[in-house]
Formats: sequence, structure tokens, C-alpha cells
Amino acid sequence: MAKSDVKLLGAWPSPFVNRVQIALNLKSVDYEFQEEKFDNKSELLLKSNPVHKKVPVLIHNDKPICESLIIVQYLDEVWTSGPSILPSDPYDRATARFWAAYVDDKWFPLLKELRTTEGEEAKAEISKKLKEGLVLLEEAFIKCSKGKGFFGGERIGYLDIVFGSFLGWLKAVEKIAGLKLVGELVTPGLAAWAERFCSHEAVKGVIPETDRLVELAKIIQARLKAQSAPK
Amino acid sequence: MNEKDELILLNSWASPFGARVRIAMAEKGINQYELREEDLFSMSPLLLKMNPVHRKVPVLIHNGKPICESMNIVQYIDEVAVFNGKPALLPPDPYSRSKARFWADFIDQKVYGTMRKITRNRGEEQVRAKEELIETLKVLERELGEKPYFGGEFGFVDIALVPFYSRFYAVETLGNFRIEAECPKLVAWARRCLLKETVSNSLPDPLKVYEWVLYVNDKFGIKQN
Repeated sequence: MAKSDVKLLGAWPSPFVNRVQIALNLKSVDYEFQEEKFDNKSELLLKSNPVHKKVPVLIHNDKPICESLIIVQYLDEVWTSGPSILPSDPYDRATARFWAAYVDDKWFPLLKELRTTEGEEAKAEISKKLKEGLVLLEEAFIKCSKGKGFFGGERIGYLDIVFGSFLGWLKAVEKIAGLKLVGELVTPGLAAWAERFCSHEAVKGVIPETDRLVELAKIIQARLKAQSAPK
Repeated sequence: MNEKDELILLNSWASPFGARVRIAMAEKGINQYELREEDLFSMSPLLLKMNPVHRKVPVLIHNGKPICESMNIVQYIDEVAVFNGKPALLPPDPYSRSKARFWADFIDQKVYGTMRKITRNRGEEQVRAKEELIETLKVLERELGEKPYFGGEFGFVDIALVPFYSRFYAVETLGNFRIEAECPKLVAWARRCLLKETVSNSLPDPLKVYEWVLYVNDKFGIKQN
């Protein structure tokens, strides 16, 4: 398939974009990457995702697919010759989709909140909820991995990609907030899995360096403060 | 999936999410299952055990194993119930499937929360929520276009949206507006869906839903005026 047949509209710091990049790498798909700026969205992006106006958007043979989870499922269904991303068993698939929704809807919003929270008490409250979520995910990891190294078993799968794409920001927020969320004591499975995931060849080079994300978070925070400062 | 399978659906009669699963089960010809009514103010131990993360209905229990989240259950049913010649709920080709999933996700994000804001708030908040709901329904109306159902044939997206029609009366009465005035084609689509027995047998009475909403508001100490 020619490179121009597959185009990804994205932004380097977005974990949702990173997901799609990892999936594309797993399937060995050649693609063109178009970097989008948050404050100056391209015509193509606005035309391809008029409802949400967000990245990632995959454009395959001129047809747009939006929402990272939907894109990953699409890639899995089209590129069937590559390694499978979703589990083959319907019940395991339902379980993977359940935890993907949990991570996106319940867990990550807490992480984003922690990034901008100030004050030790407030930070402690949010990190407590995050850690409770991680305990649930540790249990899910034990069940889904069935003794192997990834949520998907022997190979990286859907839930590895979905949750793993947040590891960059997880490490960045740990640094910003000055606390540890994933640790060998409480979540040993996840701690080992995180190392394994980040050194996988489909993942290396996709998730941004922690320090880069910390810098970006500082810039965003400063900009927000300037915007809301009294004139 | 066959007759020997044990199927239990934990549901609550007013839940639009539970209704989605009931419609899907009927569409796939699955009629042999136990429908268990949950009191959301006093959840059963089974519900708490089967859905400890969210503690919500619906939950489908298939041979003792739980599946949670309504559209997730609908996809699961679509994948395992492939006997008896009933049509698939999701279309066969990947691009159409991605569109169906997109619109189901859009409905999940935009409809229920806004409706709840209308029924639980007054003043500015309610006005904003009404505008948001109408805008959302208009986007859906545009997507429907001239098709009889969202996917051409009745399917995934229709199942995702139609249960909220039972809530229109409650929302319109408490919000003092009429959805049909703004989105006539969408209301026509809903009425078309209701002509199907699988839908009409699965949706609660709008008047009863309105009374339920008032009851819940009262329990949360929200005043009606």
C-alpha cells in the first residue's frame, strides 16, 4: 500500500495519537504524519473531523476515521495480515473494550487533573483515586495476561496500546506532582509491564520523553495562568 | 451461544442503557434469558459482584461471566449470536463499522448527560443544556439524512439512540420546550423505530419515565417549580 494512502493527522504530545502510531507500527503500515497545532488547526483536520475537530484522525484512501479507539479497531480489521490487536475470543474482546473505556473515561481524566492541581492535600486526594484505579488495572493485568508479559498475552494487544499510551504522561505527572503512582510494591505486574511495553519495538520512539512532556506541561500551565490573570 | 447457555440481564426498567441491550437481544432472536430488575437505590449483591468497578446496569451475565457497558454488551451479543439468520447489528465492512462506532460514541458522550442537566437544573444551566441537546440532536438528524435508519438498515446506531426517545417527554415537560419542533426528522425516525416490535417491547412508557425522573429528583432534593 502506498504511503499516501494512509495519513495520520496528529500531535506529538497526544497519547491518543501515540496509540494510533503504535498500532500502525505493529501492523507495519507506511503512513504520512501531519503534525497539527492546537491553536491553528488545518483545513484538512476541520474537514475530516467536523464534529470534534480533534486529533487523531486517520485518513485511509481519502476516508477519515476519528477517535483513537475506533481507529485502532479499524486498523485491526483492515490489516488482517499483521499481528492481531484485539483478542480473538469475544469475551476477551469485551473485557479489553471495558478496560479501555475505564482507562479513557475514568482514569486518565484524574491524571490530567493531577497535572494541574496545586496544594498537597488536593494532590493527595487525586493520587489516592489514581492509585485505587491502578490496583484495579493490576488485577485486570493479572487476569488478562494469563501469566504472560502483556495484557494481550504473549504479544502486545489492544489494552496494552490503550493504557500504555498514557505511560509518557504518567511519568511526567509523577515528576510534576512529586509522587510515585506505579510502584513495585503495590502494582508489581504493572511496573514490570510498563518497562516491557516501553521497550517494545513498535513503541520505542513514539511515546515522548518524560522531560519533554514536563516542559510542555509547564508552558501550557503558564499560558493558562496568563490568560486567566486579572488585567 | 445456544439453548444451554445461561443468560441473565441485570437491568432497571427506566434505564435507556438497559433498553439498548433488550432491543439488541430481541433483534438477535435471543428470548430465553432472565431479566432481573435492580433497585438502583438498593443494589443487589449480584450486581455489586458482577460490576464492582461502575456498579451500574445493564450487566449481561453469560454462563456466570459478566459483560458491562451497554454498547459493549451489544457488540458482544452481535459477535456471539451468529445463528438463526438474524441480521448483524454492526455492518460487515470496517469503514462502515468505524462510522457506526463513532456515532454510538458521540451519542454516549452527548445525549444522556445533557438530558440530565435539563431535568435537574433550572435557569441559565437549563437553558444552556437545552441548546446543547438541540444542537446534538440536529447533528444526528443531519447524519441520518434521508435514510430510514442510521445505517440504512436498523442497527447499531439506532439501538444506541432510540431508548432516549422515551425520555423526550420528561425532558420537554421539565424544560418547557418541544424537540419535534426543532428536529422533526429525528422524531419521525424514532416513531419509525417504534413500529418495530423489538423496540416497542423494550422501551418504557414515557409518562412513567417522567414520573420516575420526578421521583429521583425528589430523592436528590431537587425542587420542581
